Amino acid sequence: MHDASTHESVFDGKRRARLDKIMKRYPTKQAALLPALWMVQEAQGWVSDQAMAEVAGVLELTPAYVKGVVTFYTMYHQHPVGKYFIQVCTTTPCNICGAESVVEAFLRHTGCGELGATSKDGRFTVVEVECLGACGFATPVLVNDDFIENVTPETVSDLLERYR
Amino acid sequence: MADQERVTLTVDGMEITVPKGTTILEAAKQAGVLIPHYCYHPGLPVAGVCRMCLVEIEGVPKLQIGCATPVAEGQTVRVNESEQAKHARQGVLEFLLINHPLDCPICDQAGECELQNYVFQEGRARTRYSPTYPKRFNPVEDFGGDVLYVPNRCILCTRCVRFMDHVAGEHVLNVSERGDRAYIGIHPQRQLDHPWAGNVVDLCPVGSLLSKDFLHKARAWELDHTPSVCTGCSQGCNVHLDTRAHSVVRVRPRSNAEVNKYFMCDHGRQTYRAMNRGDRIEAPLVAENGALVAADWDHTLARAAQILKGSSGTAVALVSPSVSTEALFLLKAVLNGFVMTGAFRVERADGEQPLAGITGLSLRSERAPNVAGATLLGYEESFDGALHAARQAAVVVVLDEDLDGVTSDMLKSSGNLIYIGTALPDVARSARVVLPVTNVAEEDGSFVNRDSRVQRYLQAKSGPGMARPAWWVLGELLAELGRGEPLGSAAEAFELLAAKERAFDGMSYERLDLKGVRVGKGTAAEVTA
Amino acid sequence: MGYPHQPHPRETLVLSEHFGESGARTYDGWVKRGGYRALEQALGMEPQAVIDEVKASGLRGRGGAGFPAGVKWDFMPKQKSKPHYLCCNADESEPGTFKDREIMRWTPHALIEGCAIAAHAIRAEVVYVYIRGEFTEPIAVMQQALDEAYAKGVLGKDVRGSGTSIDMYIHRGAGAYICGEETALMNSIEGKRGNPRIRPPFPAAVGVFGMPTTINNVETLTSVPHIMTRGAEWYKSLSLSSPKSTGTKLMSVCGHVAKPGNYEITMGFPMKDLIYDLCGGMSPGRTLKAVIPGGSSVPVLDREEAENCVLDYEGCVAAGTMLGSGGMIVFDDSADMVYQMMRIAKFYAHESCAQCTQCREGTAWTVRILQKILSGRGEMQDLDLLLDVGEMMTGKTICVLSDSCAAPVVSAVRKFGGEFEAYIKGARQPAVALV
Repeated sequence: MHDASTHESVFDGKRRARLDKIMKRYPTKQAALLPALWMVQEAQGWVSDQAMAEVAGVLELTPAYVKGVVTFYTMYHQHPVGKYFIQVCTTTPCNICGAESVVEAFLRHTGCGELGATSKDGRFTVVEVECLGACGFATPVLVNDDFIENVTPETVSDLLERYR
Repeated sequence: MADQERVTLTVDGMEITVPKGTTILEAAKQAGVLIPHYCYHPGLPVAGVCRMCLVEIEGVPKLQIGCATPVAEGQTVRVNESEQAKHARQGVLEFLLINHPLDCPICDQAGECELQNYVFQEGRARTRYSPTYPKRFNPVEDFGGDVLYVPNRCILCTRCVRFMDHVAGEHVLNVSERGDRAYIGIHPQRQLDHPWAGNVVDLCPVGSLLSKDFLHKARAWELDHTPSVCTGCSQGCNVHLDTRAHSVVRVRPRSNAEVNKYFMCDHGRQTYRAMNRGDRIEAPLVAENGALVAADWDHTLARAAQILKGSSGTAVALVSPSVSTEALFLLKAVLNGFVMTGAFRVERADGEQPLAGITGLSLRSERAPNVAGATLLGYEESFDGALHAARQAAVVVVLDEDLDGVTSDMLKSSGNLIYIGTALPDVARSARVVLPVTNVAEEDGSFVNRDSRVQRYLQAKSGPGMARPAWWVLGELLAELGRGEPLGSAAEAFELLAAKERAFDGMSYERLDLKGVRVGKGTAAEVTA
Repeated sequence: MGYPHQPHPRETLVLSEHFGESGARTYDGWVKRGGYRALEQALGMEPQAVIDEVKASGLRGRGGAGFPAGVKWDFMPKQKSKPHYLCCNADESEPGTFKDREIMRWTPHALIEGCAIAAHAIRAEVVYVYIRGEFTEPIAVMQQALDEAYAKGVLGKDVRGSGTSIDMYIHRGAGAYICGEETALMNSIEGKRGNPRIRPPFPAAVGVFGMPTTINNVETLTSVPHIMTRGAEWYKSLSLSSPKSTGTKLMSVCGHVAKPGNYEITMGFPMKDLIYDLCGGMSPGRTLKAVIPGGSSVPVLDREEAENCVLDYEGCVAAGTMLGSGGMIVFDDSADMVYQMMRIAKFYAHESCAQCTQCREGTAWTVRILQKILSGRGEMQDLDLLLDVGEMMTGKTICVLSDSCAAPVVSAVRKFGGEFEAYIKGARQPAVALV
């Protein structure tokens, strides 16, 4: 499905220069792995096997090593996701404040239908996420990099308007 | 060793003294207490993750892992005498089984499985994991090379990952995902085809990593394990030959700190195939009216002796560097009196395939186990020259050399051909006598590895038909020639060798034991030092 | 964006004094509020004198473990033969805890100043601020503040002409609770899976990149400048009960209270007053059922225990729980303790790094047992099983994630057993379908 020939190199020109600068912060190249993977995701929306191989090459690691790391951290997408990736906290503090109905509202209003699925128009993917660290502002939601507090089932529809 | 600081501790009531820095797990072994463990392996860096080796240490509130905790002076450690530790181990076993398919009846590891063994030894009789819960399921994956991964049986001990990272030096395996979704992963574009990758199968304490070659070939309890030495190259890795019903089904490494630690290469693992060859000579043969006909040993040996007695001048011996040191020595004794040219040739591969993490361990380019033995005994690697010399020789003796590439022309004008071997090449059909001998799996013997280490191998199965060990055949021939008594065992043959050859001075099978001794270290004084 | 509540008169505003003031985020705004005086003062002191002052203050780690901060610093080698590192733990992920986020959002320079002082004290030239990946806003605010701090000569070579060089970088996490564990955090900085490491060796000997390292929580480091300027004696005086618990603590209160948020209290403050007075109690008609006071990983308190609990390290232990990170999850009588324990266990099962057997398998098993009970198919022996599985998961692993899953569950079975039994006996309708 994703053969190597379709992989567009991430670390060329400007991005390579940015990564080189990041590498200077650490005594090892390996330490730049998490930042490098963030850059991949920023550029391509997810982290493909080909991208992992490229990162491995740049940081002198092996693709298998990079994959082990990618699969450890849940924020790296191992598959393409919708244009807006919506993470709704449903851990206990938010859960007792009604987070599960917020999830339902998102699923309904985005047309995603089920968790992890991408809406037909490719705009939204909704997932449950474990504690976002804003428990006093239940329910917090991350839409890509936008951190939104105090979301209730009633406010979901208006909130989504910003992303249509 | 004398200046090393030593520590005395008690393990399950047994007092022992060990060097400072020893782990509790290793110290306990010396007290005869095996602390159950999965992730720990003496040949790998410590991971401390299976938490099976938890022990109670007096005065320490929490249980500690034996694999990573160093001994301390006056420490009291309880393993089997601690209810707390036993309960913890029972817990680990129960946890390991909740996602385990319990498919021992179809698992190759059954019978030599550490999960099975410890559960049988001290696990709970029944799981409390409800049968209504789902078990983790992942499909079987072909890792490439000889390795198959059955993730459902995996206990995530990470021995395989650590072996590839730290010993093989090739990070091709990983732990993927987290929590109970974790599994051993491999990058989709990579294969587990490192020349030493097969070790992960041995290291796997359960039936999760399997050899494709050995898959469903035998049940572990049907196998006999015989100490031997690998014939794959001149490294001389210590191995076990695993046999069932007169055939070798698997070669596995046998630990030897001086040679191969705990490992062997994949090339070596394949050597068992040659040991099971079907095209063997099963009876002594003598030339009668231009054809080779079967005969008994007395008749054949008498004929061979007669040929030797009736010849004089030069003799050429074309030997294989894969035959025992004993046979190489005895052949020299047999040809004593001739002007002898002894030669061998070795298959040489391009380059070596080192195991990066172990200094001095490599699949050597010399693909024969006894090159050093042949050299020590005066045989030279000058096969072509010897073949040329054979044209003028009175006697040509072939000792299990396959004569590959040798044409009948080359041997035509030579004198009397005596062929001693396991299989009969066409070109050797011109022999006057053919003496069938056993192969490495079928006899006792010894090889000298590239580091001049003399190492014994033991008989693992019976030879075909009337084939006999080469030391026996050559011993009988010597007796027939009136130059000695028949030999009763390989050990006797070796004693004779040790008495005659300076390099082997003072050695005996007893002294060699199963770990071997280096040439020059064989004298009684040095061995006991 | 405003801060959700006005300071309550019973709060002691030290760290949170400037929360909600957008002007406090800039360098100039921070200096106007007295910022960076403590750093200048510290740079003029011998590192050991800084350590001694912090030791004398009694400041203890605010991330959860409560280890004395000065003592931790004192573990660092005095003869510097290798690079030293300081890691600031801003991976705030403990359910119920959201204080470090506020510190970074409102007073980023307070944290930078605290980090710089600590770096001076332990002779570290490099500070990594490990911020969890989800904290997009704190990361942006912190980055801007760092850039400003460099521009103003607070960071970089020769800080304020002191000859001390301090570099500070943000390292963004990527979604892993366990990276808040200090050795996992170091692995994550090194570009590895966030697996906790076996100790010993301890970080002060072999830390990040194998070098001597100190790891401190955001709130701990942010407290340091105040100790510098106002003195250890002042800090020690901020204690209402045990002399072993000093200073102020940011309590994150969430769940069923009228006014959730961060409240800065003096150590030894009564939990009852925090809940009913500062946070406005429960919603009308509701009563308090339970509190998990230290982030979700500590034992649950029932109403009586909670109302008698004193909020400091010793007080929480006396109540049978722990102060932890100070993330208080408050449950009123509408809460389904069985369902919420399942949800907590699910969190830990999701976050287990997969190294230790007990944690990897035990967290997931705990979830399944709880789901079985919630589905109405539970049996009474499942309760004993929960306790036994909890025991098998406690005190046996590399880090305490496994214990953190067992602690709330085991305590809930003991204290709210009736709710579990109600599901088992059919007195409650099934809450989940068993998959």
